[in-house]
Amino acid sequence: MDAYLTQYIDPYYLRLLVLIGINIILALGLNIITGVTGQLSMGHAGFMSLGAYTSAILSMQFACPFWLALLAGAFVAALFGCLIGIPTLRLEGDYLAMVTIGFAEIIRVFFLNFEPGGKAVGLAGIPQNTNFVLVLVMVIVIVYLNSKLLNSRIGKAWYSIRENEIAAEACGVDTTRLKVMAFTVGSFLGGLGGGLYAHYMFFIRPQDFAFMKSIELLNMVVLGGMGSIPGTIIGATILTLAPELLRVVAEYRMLFYGALLVILMIFRPNGLLGDVRVYDIRKRWGRKEVQANADTNP
Amino acid sequence: MPILTLDGISQEFGGLRALDGVDLMVEEQQIYGIIGPNGAGKTTLFNIITGIYDPTEGTIEFLGQAINGAKAYQVAQMGVGRTFQNIRLFQKLSVLDNVRMGAYGVTRSGFWSSLLGLPRSQREAQEVTARAEELLDKVGLLDKKMEYAVNLAYGEQRRLEIARALALKPTLLLLDEPAAGMNAKEKVELMELIYQLREQMKLTILLVEHDMNLVMNICERIAVLDYGRKIADGPPQEVKSDKRVIESYLGAEA
Amino acid sequence: MFLEQLLNGLTLGSTYALIALGYTMVYGIIQLINFAHGEIYMIGAFVGLFLVTVLGVNILVALALAMLTCMVVGMLIERVAYRPLRGKSTRLSALISAIGVSIFLQTLLALLAGTNTRSYPSIFNSQTFDLGFAEVSLLQIIILVFAALLMIGLQVMIHKTRIGKAMRASSQDLEASYLMGINVNRVISFTFAIGSALAAAGGVMVGIYYNAVWPYMGMMAGLKAFAAAVMGGIGSIPGAMIGGLTLGVLEIMGVAYLTSSYKDAIAFGMLILVLLIRPQGLLGKKITKKV
Repeated sequence: MDAYLTQYIDPYYLRLLVLIGINIILALGLNIITGVTGQLSMGHAGFMSLGAYTSAILSMQFACPFWLALLAGAFVAALFGCLIGIPTLRLEGDYLAMVTIGFAEIIRVFFLNFEPGGKAVGLAGIPQNTNFVLVLVMVIVIVYLNSKLLNSRIGKAWYSIRENEIAAEACGVDTTRLKVMAFTVGSFLGGLGGGLYAHYMFFIRPQDFAFMKSIELLNMVVLGGMGSIPGTIIGATILTLAPELLRVVAEYRMLFYGALLVILMIFRPNGLLGDVRVYDIRKRWGRKEVQANADTNP
Repeated sequence: MPILTLDGISQEFGGLRALDGVDLMVEEQQIYGIIGPNGAGKTTLFNIITGIYDPTEGTIEFLGQAINGAKAYQVAQMGVGRTFQNIRLFQKLSVLDNVRMGAYGVTRSGFWSSLLGLPRSQREAQEVTARAEELLDKVGLLDKKMEYAVNLAYGEQRRLEIARALALKPTLLLLDEPAAGMNAKEKVELMELIYQLREQMKLTILLVEHDMNLVMNICERIAVLDYGRKIADGPPQEVKSDKRVIESYLGAEA
Repeated sequence: MFLEQLLNGLTLGSTYALIALGYTMVYGIIQLINFAHGEIYMIGAFVGLFLVTVLGVNILVALALAMLTCMVVGMLIERVAYRPLRGKSTRLSALISAIGVSIFLQTLLALLAGTNTRSYPSIFNSQTFDLGFAEVSLLQIIILVFAALLMIGLQVMIHKTRIGKAMRASSQDLEASYLMGINVNRVISFTFAIGSALAAAGGVMVGIYYNAVWPYMGMMAGLKAFAAAVMGGIGSIPGAMIGGLTLGVLEIMGVAYLTSSYKDAIAFGMLILVLLIRPQGLLGKKITKKV
């Protein structure tokens, strides 16, 4: 299918678009956990790797049909999201972040030692079933469902937990259950993205899913504006393109990337789109950014 | 039948005994005030009633059910709404959404029906929105419904908190210093609002306040706390002239 | 054997502790996870290496100069990347900014020094002492003693000097300290400086002890030191010390008695275990929320 499209689009750009799409899916998952519900997760790559390895192994060793392998990968990730969520959610902010980092690292080390996953060498020969159209369709569906979810009772409850957990409880929100739910849904998407990634890249290894990857995904969510779907999409797009666009400066690439992050944060600390919601766009032009002062937020 | 009964409630934090053997009985549709010097334990009492803390000793009964150890969200779902001393609004949500959130405890749409936009969840959402707008109208904030909550003036924020608590369709409403920071006119409006709410919604209201004028005017019964103990409990006239109450506020006679 | 491993663990742990202190002090005052801190540690190692190998400077002088250099770097980072964000944005934005700095510094050093692993010349001959129950190397003793001196020095400074008092006040209530006339900007800069100096010392010591210096060494060490700080109770200075030492010991013990291929996982596994049992860390204060 992609071969057909490459008649019209340069394969390099096609590849970029696919990667953007996959990152959008991954970032939307993290957005639910961190952007919307306010639970800082710095280990999202862990879920990605669970989805990637699970689906890859099923495809390769068990001749599993692609869609089934993909789903299985997403479910495994979701399962772990749920399991990790339950005991750790009584931890506050930065402690929670540390634990998510810890879990992702443990998962990474596990795969480094996991025989069927090829250990440090990784897995090669993953059937390349992911293509542009598939990713495009999935992105559209997932964005749509996300939008529905975030505007619904559950979605608003997630936002309320981020804004003021105690007040949320006073409204009857079972915050523990909803936090676990956010983790589960978010990690499901993480696993899904991981599966798509594996079946696109043909080759995966543990260091593809290292801490830096989690950071990249977090940057996408923060850059676009926490909790905002359009923001996350823009963030994912920009930060997927940035390293590519920066190729012109070759070895100085990451230097610019790092500086870019700092500069972006200084000038747009609330992310590019802040907390844009559609009904509010008209009002917000020209209005000073809503200050989200985290210190008054209990 | 008393709506709320507290029996021998004590609360210890580490070495500090914040509450000591407090008894309370709130009748249906009463407006009941709780006053006392700062640090007397008033907000702690509220926190215990709403399930944020578990009392070290004592029992709480709400509508005949023991609610010791119930979690905060469970107590909310049972019909106890509250406002907070330090306003706790969902700052980056709209005014309307804040009130709609209050209705969470009385709605049912779960994850799947929310995700798929099933008719039940849509219907529920519409009902919730309609009711939220009604409540906003009642507190005079309907025209600001699309504003971010954080952009409201202080007095408006307090009213918004009340509207949110009402969305829960509570039987019992706890107001923690609702008049704090208000000017005289706003206080009068607040008093009227409280009366209205009691009439129209058959609410029982428990109120912590520092403004003596407001409390004496509006409450039918007042409990006075000092150092975690209840030192007086009765109609305003009685409490006003109670020697121990005067002492705790003004100090003992030299 | 056990005691030897214990000593190995304490040595490693001391370096973790030195780095962890920087994390915890900064966090205590401005609630920022200074992700660039691991890079300070790395820069310290490199500066020391450069001074010793290229300029032939005496190791002690090189250590002092490395600490000094990193003090400046640390304060510079604070000034450029964190201060503009202070009070004006969410903690998460400051975190991302810190990450940006971290990436920047790693790449910078990789460009300047190449990505190969370098080593310090053998400065202390591999002299070992046989204590009867264990064999301990001169280097280990030096590291342990020096780290201990630094930590004691820190405690003294925190509790006996005016600036130390200002630091303690700021970590309890920054705004009140400001209103009381404390120059919080100066206190914060100073905190960064001290933390960076300690990390630099750790970097040089690790460079000598493990004989490996490369631009990405700050990543994992920083992460583990941060884990140590969290485990000890983030914001608590004794907590960072204990957390660092504990983590070092647990890691070495784990490798010696359990498995070496899961080395990194052990550190984080321990952290998670501790936090599950005691969510505020070993010495962390339980913050009861004012409702």
